[in-house]
Amino acid sequence: MAQNVYDWLDERLGLQAIYDAILDREVPKVNWWFTLGSASLFLGLMQGITGILLSVYYVPTPDHAYDSITYIMTGVKFGWLILGIHHWGASLLILTAFIHMLRVFFYGAYKYPREVTWITGVMLLIGALGMGFTGYLLPWNQRSYWATTVGTEIAGSVPGIGNIILRILRGGTDLSALTLSRFFSLHIWIFPAILLAVVLTHLYLVIRLGISNIPDEDS
Amino acid sequence: MSSKYRSPAMDRRSFVKIISSALGSLMAAVVGLPAIQYFISPSLGKEEEDEWISLGPLENYPLDTPTQFNFSLNKVNGWEKSSHSYGVFVLREEGKGVVVYSDVCTHLSCRLNWIPEEEEYLCPCHAARFDKHGNLISGPPPRPMDRFETKLDEGQLFIHLKEG
Repeated sequence: MAQNVYDWLDERLGLQAIYDAILDREVPKVNWWFTLGSASLFLGLMQGITGILLSVYYVPTPDHAYDSITYIMTGVKFGWLILGIHHWGASLLILTAFIHMLRVFFYGAYKYPREVTWITGVMLLIGALGMGFTGYLLPWNQRSYWATTVGTEIAGSVPGIGNIILRILRGGTDLSALTLSRFFSLHIWIFPAILLAVVLTHLYLVIRLGISNIPDEDS
Repeated sequence: MSSKYRSPAMDRRSFVKIISSALGSLMAAVVGLPAIQYFISPSLGKEEEDEWISLGPLENYPLDTPTQFNFSLNKVNGWEKSSHSYGVFVLREEGKGVVVYSDVCTHLSCRLNWIPEEEEYLCPCHAARFDKHGNLISGPPPRPMDRFETKLDEGQLFIHLKEG
């Protein structure tokens, strides 16, 4: 029965071809360092899932943001787990993505024909850092507030256009309700939308080009 | 791979498939099952309102005409402390004592208004009409207006508010 349903769908959707392309593609003999891209992808998915769950209770306004986080931590069953995964997963994701990048760099895997994969990878790192920067403000506690004060001030130190950058980031001269809501929007809509598109491009390129050999003495 | 590493029962590919599915299911369960609890736990919390509310001295209420009384209670929902307002109609009749009606329409919980000229309650949402004693005249509600349990204590009128 299940086989019949699968065959019916496969004939129309080409599921087997997708499966083969993604999971049954040829790979050279590689080592554990090559698992970090998948690890980053997995952590990114977890961030998405836990982030969506957090949005059930979180509200991005100065009078309720902190209270809603406190409620998630103490009032909702397993809120501590969801927020904990999102909090620690964020740091872990930066770590795995960065080590993944070091692997690609030291193995020279960014070279022809994989330059675009590398470029999209750099965009993903910048996007992930942007997610970290915007997400850090959302709990609206002292640490978030001052970290964002300092962070936006650093952006404001750019010669000439610094002040306008600072104003654009904060939504005005002060760190305010406007800063919180625009960081929230960036964190849950704008960055994720961009990241999704770039992640899909990155994966498409990995599948299309295959992964490179570990360089040896002959190459 | 040399044959001494091969299992007669299972090839490498099936082994990896089984292990991957098992670990994948485990990880999905670790996040998925708490996520269900996380989503529904505030809906299941006990939020019972059970107290006697004073409506003031009974003599304050005129005879034979429903008189509205409003009060509010503070509630905590999640991170928000809000005050929830209630409205009741007190009908005092000579020889029949006092009946207190809830102003919540039994159809879909809109608030009823007493229309003195018509001697009727009218629901603004679907034009349901109730008479002075809370009986349905016309419209969609499934039952007459709800009544509160009442008591008199030293001339003060109390109603028993029960929710949840």
